[in-house]
Amino acid sequence: MDYSQFLAMKQEIALLVVFLLVFLYDTFMPQRSGKGLPVFATVLMLIATIGGFCSCCLGGTCSLSAFSGMYETSAAIVAIKNILNIGVVIVLIQSIRWANGPDMAVRRGEFYELLLVTLFGMYLMISARHFLLFVIGLESASLPLAAMVALDKKRYESSEAAIKYMLTAVFSSAIFMMGLSFVYALCGSLYFETIYINLAAQMSPLLILAMAFVLAGVGFKLSLVPFHLWTADVYQGAPTSVTSYLSVISKGAAAFALLVILAQAFGTVYSQVWSWMLYALIILTITVGNLFAMRQRNMKRFLAFSSVSQAGYIMLGVIGFNGTAMAALMFYILVYIFSNLGAFGVIQAIENNCGKVSMDDYKGLYKTNPRLSFAMMLAMFSLAGIPPFAGFFSKFFIFTGALAQGSTAMYVLVLIALINTIISLYYYLLVVKAMFISPDESVIPTFRSSCSERLGMWIAVAGIIFLGIVSCVYNWLLGIGAHTAIFQ
Amino acid sequence: MEITLIFWLVPSLIMFCCGVYGFITRRNMIAMLISLELMLNSVDINFALFNRYLFPGQMEGMFFSLFAIALAAAETALAIAIILNIFRKVKNVDVQGLDTMKF
Repeated sequence: MDYSQFLAMKQEIALLVVFLLVFLYDTFMPQRSGKGLPVFATVLMLIATIGGFCSCCLGGTCSLSAFSGMYETSAAIVAIKNILNIGVVIVLIQSIRWANGPDMAVRRGEFYELLLVTLFGMYLMISARHFLLFVIGLESASLPLAAMVALDKKRYESSEAAIKYMLTAVFSSAIFMMGLSFVYALCGSLYFETIYINLAAQMSPLLILAMAFVLAGVGFKLSLVPFHLWTADVYQGAPTSVTSYLSVISKGAAAFALLVILAQAFGTVYSQVWSWMLYALIILTITVGNLFAMRQRNMKRFLAFSSVSQAGYIMLGVIGFNGTAMAALMFYILVYIFSNLGAFGVIQAIENNCGKVSMDDYKGLYKTNPRLSFAMMLAMFSLAGIPPFAGFFSKFFIFTGALAQGSTAMYVLVLIALINTIISLYYYLLVVKAMFISPDESVIPTFRSSCSERLGMWIAVAGIIFLGIVSCVYNWLLGIGAHTAIFQ
Repeated sequence: MEITLIFWLVPSLIMFCCGVYGFITRRNMIAMLISLELMLNSVDINFALFNRYLFPGQMEGMFFSLFAIALAAAETALAIAIILNIFRKVKNVDVQGLDTMKF
């Protein structure tokens, strides 16, 4: 066996090392030093992230494959893993205070271990070039997440959310694997390459069924409408740190993985089979997500439906099916990480201090906590896509990427997405209105958030303000998108 | 009479549909879990069948089945743990009770 192929897996190995160190620290350090674990894990993850960027800059040619073509990495894949790493670092910084709380004392380590394992599964999903490896990645990304959702053992909602997540996740992966078995029957192999070549010759009803099953399976993970019903309940019931992880990292990884399997395995049947399925899913997702978000009063449920509709926008980068759209998708995920984590950072700080999560409690927040409400306002503006902030640029680029494909149907799709952007403005501004304009006295007292919470929010706010303006970020991703080999 | 692919495929598909039906109609969480197992097992059968009858020269489908069995076991273990946790709180495994969060 050629051991040098493990060099292709630099980022996975770095992540495994982080996992092992966290595990050893958790197991062998004395009880009293347990409070050091969150900072320890965050710093290790930060080092792994910086290492990932360095190897990306210094490595020269990044396109390598391992395990007889089952695993592959390229510049785009390294970049998306780095983007996910940045998100994980912010999530970890924001969760330090929660993890150091009194009822987390016995299961502090589990949170970090499970989180790192799910991230490892997402890496495998993104890098897989064989459906067996993809399914293993998918399962190791979604099963530990169910355990993370159930982490708050004393709260009933947490268990309820976990069983809802678990049952729908297993149901969706059973449907996904059924689809794969049909693909296997058609092509005789589960390698993306072989499927790509063999599908070109045939066009059968079985293929359409298989495609529908595969899209449904991944659609569950991405919470595309009509597979989105678990989202709001799970987001509400899970501990807020887990919710923020679930809403950005898991969604970003699944979106990119879907792009890779659709392009590399099913690329030949783009116009005949899946572009129309995805087209309908995108319209449904954006519209239904928006309409349901309007009537939510719980902030976590509200952000759940907002993230459903954001998943629709992310899918525009998949249906565009070219290098520009892929670059726009990666940029969108990056910006979405910062904007959504900004919002979740504020929610988490308020929940940690006084346990309020309802939008009605946010009335008059500006009078008591001006800085928090300012951070929340920036996050909402960025999610809605108001010009000077990063969210505007990410939406602009993803529309451009979809339009680069050039068909009339795509123009109609982008028009519908644009109309929905205006609708979404209404409910994002509802939060801003509650905080700034509402005359009521705030039920949330003035408090000073902890050091880690403030650091997490500052990073998110800096990202929201600068990512759009500092154009080298998008140029970097566009350069990767232009030279990608994902679209053969 | 020769036993062909279709003789195996039909029972496997019936199993899958039974699983879907059971998942949607059953109210007991354990019964829902069993329905999920039916679905996952029919996937395993499918892979083994297609490998044996359509592509006998290789082992890819068989290996997929092996891994899928392991994954199904892990899923069941985790789901049972969560159900136990719920049972400790409400002394019940009925899905109708899971309604504290809605819409």
